[in-house]
Amino acid sequence: MTEFPILTLLVLTPAIGAALVALASKRHPDLVKITALGSSVLTGGFSLWVLFAFEKGNAGFQFTSQHAWIRPWGISWHLGIDGISLFLVVLTGILFPLVIVGIDSHSKSMADQKRYLSWMLLLEAGVMGSFISLDLFLFFVFFEIVLVPMYFLIGGWGYEKRVYAATKFFLFTMVGSAFMLVGIIATAILAKADDGRVTFDLIKIAENADFAASTGRWLFFAFAIAFAVKVPLFPLHTWLPDAHTQAPTGGSVILAAVLLKMGTYGLLRFGIYLFPEAAVWSRPLFFTLATVGILWGAIAATMQKDLKRVVAYSSVAHLGFIVLGTFALTTTAVTGGVMQNINHGLSTGALFILVGMIYERRHTRQIAELKGLQKVAPIFAGVFMIVMLSSIGVPGLNGFVGEFMVLIGSFATARWWVTVAAAGVILAALYLLWAYQRVFHGEPDEANKDFAELKWKEASLLLPIIGLIVFTGVYPKPMLDRIEPSVKAFIEHVEQHSDYQQPAPSEPVLEVGEG
Amino acid sequence: MLDLVWLIPALPLTGFLVVLLFGRKLGDPRSGYFATAMVALSFAVTVGVYFDLMSLTTEERSGHVQRLFSWIPSGALHVDLAFLADPLSLTMCLFVTGIGSLIHLYAVGYMHGDPRFSKFFLYLNLFAFSMLMLVLGSNMLVTFLGWEGVGTCSYFLIAFWHEKESAATAGKKAFITNRVGDWGFMMAMFIAFWAVGSLDYSVVNGGAAGMSTTTSTAIALFCFVGACGKSAQLPLYLWLPDAMEGPTPVSALIHAATMVTAGVYLMVRINPLLGAADSYAPTIIAIVGAATALFAATIAVAQNDIKKVLAYSTISQLGYMFLAVGSGAYVAAIFHMVTHAFFKALLFLGAGSVIHGMHHQQDMRFMGALRKLMPITAITFIVGWLAIAGVPPFAGFWSKDEILLFAYDKSPILYAVGLVTALLTAYYMTRQVIMVFFGKARWHDAHEEHSAHGDLTPHESPPTMVLPLVVLAGLSIVGGLIQLPSWSWIPHDLTHRLESWLEPVVHAHEHELTTSAHDLSGILALVAIACAVAGITAAFLIYAKHKAKPIEPQLLADGWGYDRAVSWVMGGPGRQAFDGIAWADANIIDGAVNGSGSLVSGAARQFRKVQSGNVRNYAAAISAGVVLLLLWFVVGRGLL
Repeated sequence: MTEFPILTLLVLTPAIGAALVALASKRHPDLVKITALGSSVLTGGFSLWVLFAFEKGNAGFQFTSQHAWIRPWGISWHLGIDGISLFLVVLTGILFPLVIVGIDSHSKSMADQKRYLSWMLLLEAGVMGSFISLDLFLFFVFFEIVLVPMYFLIGGWGYEKRVYAATKFFLFTMVGSAFMLVGIIATAILAKADDGRVTFDLIKIAENADFAASTGRWLFFAFAIAFAVKVPLFPLHTWLPDAHTQAPTGGSVILAAVLLKMGTYGLLRFGIYLFPEAAVWSRPLFFTLATVGILWGAIAATMQKDLKRVVAYSSVAHLGFIVLGTFALTTTAVTGGVMQNINHGLSTGALFILVGMIYERRHTRQIAELKGLQKVAPIFAGVFMIVMLSSIGVPGLNGFVGEFMVLIGSFATARWWVTVAAAGVILAALYLLWAYQRVFHGEPDEANKDFAELKWKEASLLLPIIGLIVFTGVYPKPMLDRIEPSVKAFIEHVEQHSDYQQPAPSEPVLEVGEG
Repeated sequence: MLDLVWLIPALPLTGFLVVLLFGRKLGDPRSGYFATAMVALSFAVTVGVYFDLMSLTTEERSGHVQRLFSWIPSGALHVDLAFLADPLSLTMCLFVTGIGSLIHLYAVGYMHGDPRFSKFFLYLNLFAFSMLMLVLGSNMLVTFLGWEGVGTCSYFLIAFWHEKESAATAGKKAFITNRVGDWGFMMAMFIAFWAVGSLDYSVVNGGAAGMSTTTSTAIALFCFVGACGKSAQLPLYLWLPDAMEGPTPVSALIHAATMVTAGVYLMVRINPLLGAADSYAPTIIAIVGAATALFAATIAVAQNDIKKVLAYSTISQLGYMFLAVGSGAYVAAIFHMVTHAFFKALLFLGAGSVIHGMHHQQDMRFMGALRKLMPITAITFIVGWLAIAGVPPFAGFWSKDEILLFAYDKSPILYAVGLVTALLTAYYMTRQVIMVFFGKARWHDAHEEHSAHGDLTPHESPPTMVLPLVVLAGLSIVGGLIQLPSWSWIPHDLTHRLESWLEPVVHAHEHELTTSAHDLSGILALVAIACAVAGITAAFLIYAKHKAKPIEPQLLADGWGYDRAVSWVMGGPGRQAFDGIAWADANIIDGAVNGSGSLVSGAARQFRKVQSGNVRNYAAAISAGVVLLLLWFVVGRGLL
């Protein structure tokens, strides 16, 4: 396909925007802001264009573009998008402009502001690149690029313990990435293409390579560790609460909404896709870690004293559901997992925005210092409530659809884990409602009685997210129709390259039996 | 009219959206009247659909499905947003919308002057919508949507006066306890989907005979776990007494007439599964039901809060319904659900009227002699009392009697438990009526402590509140007509009307009475009447004539200490365990991370010493390396 290189633009637009913002003179603050906003809005527009031009029934990669980059090593600029990555790209495209325009970075000076925006745009370029790369080397480059702006965003614009958190985030992810780099090189060398040349092309490797079981498993774990850190999967999750809590609001939103999804996406697109046999073999391990993470994250969230940490730990639990569904390898579960990436991005992203607004008003995130906000700011409380119910997984809102699909789809292949993991829905209600009660219910005390109601500007930031939360919960079909064909093809790929067979769906029994 | 089924939930949903957007503009009382009108219209549509369905033959009305759109289509899972109009769902819709509109109307009076008046009706309409989704859903997931919806509205409404710590806590407790049940409901769906590949009731129920007994038993019992949460049965009933923190119309609508019966509805809905399940499954349900009925009745005996008595009474009556379900008496379960909705809504609204007239006094010890000041409330409350106590010909007598008959057929022990409960019910309700409406006026005792409020003499409630009481009292008198027993002196075509109406849904699995039980039915009815009379007499002698001291041990007032024990476990060991995990997360898991971090930097600090910049040291190291390499080649590889 040699059409309009829309995917390349998805990466280049924010990257160029970042460069322009960095180079722009700080004496023209408006120019800086317009450049930043313009390039992110343009990227968002491109992502929507991709969404509407996306061919619904097509399981394969669309809008592909491929150009040789380092020919001797078989490395190319190979981009493509399918149902699994489509909505991640759209979510990225929508959220970045919202964050850039709607969330104050609290920069100390114009130069500071310039750096913030520049890092944000570079981050967007990296994230976009990660979601659409079909070349292992290219993917690795984007995956690593993301670390740098995030490190500076946390370290430069974060809260009290930001340096510790940023360093921890960086080192944790780097250690994981080191394993993946070794894995990528080994994979490329071991899986030479038909003509005996080394290739880093994802599709070529996946189609041709049937690694010996032990080799495949080693390589799989090299990839899986990097992604498990990113997700984060229990017990590799402890960088997350620190990074989330210390990051500026905009950073937390992006971190939760899209950065973590690079882990779950990577497990699917690279881990399982390249090494189906190893993935199938290691399922019990991932089921267990995911299930433990669901309960552990929820329990840890319950006991947090900082509202932002409650939300951060809830991510550990939510992402556990996604990993469970991903490894369950049934159409419904994997589709649910892919969808849950988006749902979690919306609801947790919105929760971080709301917590950020509380912090702006009260300069504290300590639950014990907040009280009775519903009485003084009922609309603010109502918005928080809707987002919270979405996170709890109340049907009619988006969070339920994905979570339910993961659980019901996983039951066929991971029955006992599902039985335990489903109890996570009880805990989700516990930690969120308890936190809500302490913050919003009761009679507001002296410090909280002047808590300001939701402003129009804040509402316009949250309204699109709430609209999506309700729409996806009531009518998820358009989304599922686009995700599912790719998931089906993905599972067929796994079936062809391993001894796994998706349990045949039970035929609906329509005849009424006797007795 | 059948094609208008979608309108039944759509009207309250419209009400919700309108009040959400314009509630503040509409204000008090217009937003309330608007919300009431929406539910009343929904009732009108339901009646139309009901008559349409009535005109069909038994075969034809076994289930009319209306599909709106495909909700969750994925892989083998195809869930439609679809409604099932059949005798069972229509029966539920009739009393949900009928009683619902009465309670909406009542609330216009009751909530008058509340600063969040319109918000109250917003929640109330959302609740009506969710409840109708629950009963109309043609598959388990739409029911679950409603199920969670009513739970969420219940949370909003219990915590409606959220400035009050106890109200906020009660709302949270209700939601979380219900979630335990929801886990069961979800498990039931997972198993059902795994077994038959669908969540449609037609497929799941139709496939019941074809699946293994273990599977049908598992689905039925997991549904029952869900039912225990929603319908407040042992051991999950804890949230319902606390739910009385909500405004009284909420207690009447949600925590007596409609939402709490959802569990019973679900069990009747899946009756073919229960029929196919191992025989111990219905027995467990019957035992839990009977045990809950008796347990809650003993607690009601010693309560002093006018609403708490009714709350425990509701738990107890729901226990009867599960006793019926477990005994295979699905018609009786629904029958009691309907009559209970009449008289319990009446009693709660009556209690609300009393609380309203008493300026928010809820303690019965400070009431008494109210019949003169609140005549209509008193008369209607007395009708409700006679109905729940099982005095013929009031509604409750007929439905309770039918349950006891089937319980007798199931097991004499269950029957005995049911009978003792009936006696206790008559006793504690008589106690309540005497304490509130008869005897000496005691309300001055409470007022002397804070008499600065001016005139606090109780007064009768406004017409919007009294009208629903009168209508419900009428229904509580004649409600029994819908399902009269086949006694020789009752004209044949008046008997078992509900049974023949529900026939397409429950007939195949309804328990057939043995002839001996059938023959005994008249005698059993007399025994039940005797029990009711005994209970009433005992309470009369104790509370009106003071012939004996009241038996109200603290243990019963505290609900056998169960709630406190659970709170102690949750607040003590439970919380410690949670704290332990949070501690382990911060210190062991993260400790290992920070530990390896400092290990690396520590090791680096040691290694740094090697890089001293001293050339002689480097030269020495290089020489040592060369020597070692040579040694390896020479000795190890045998080069020489």
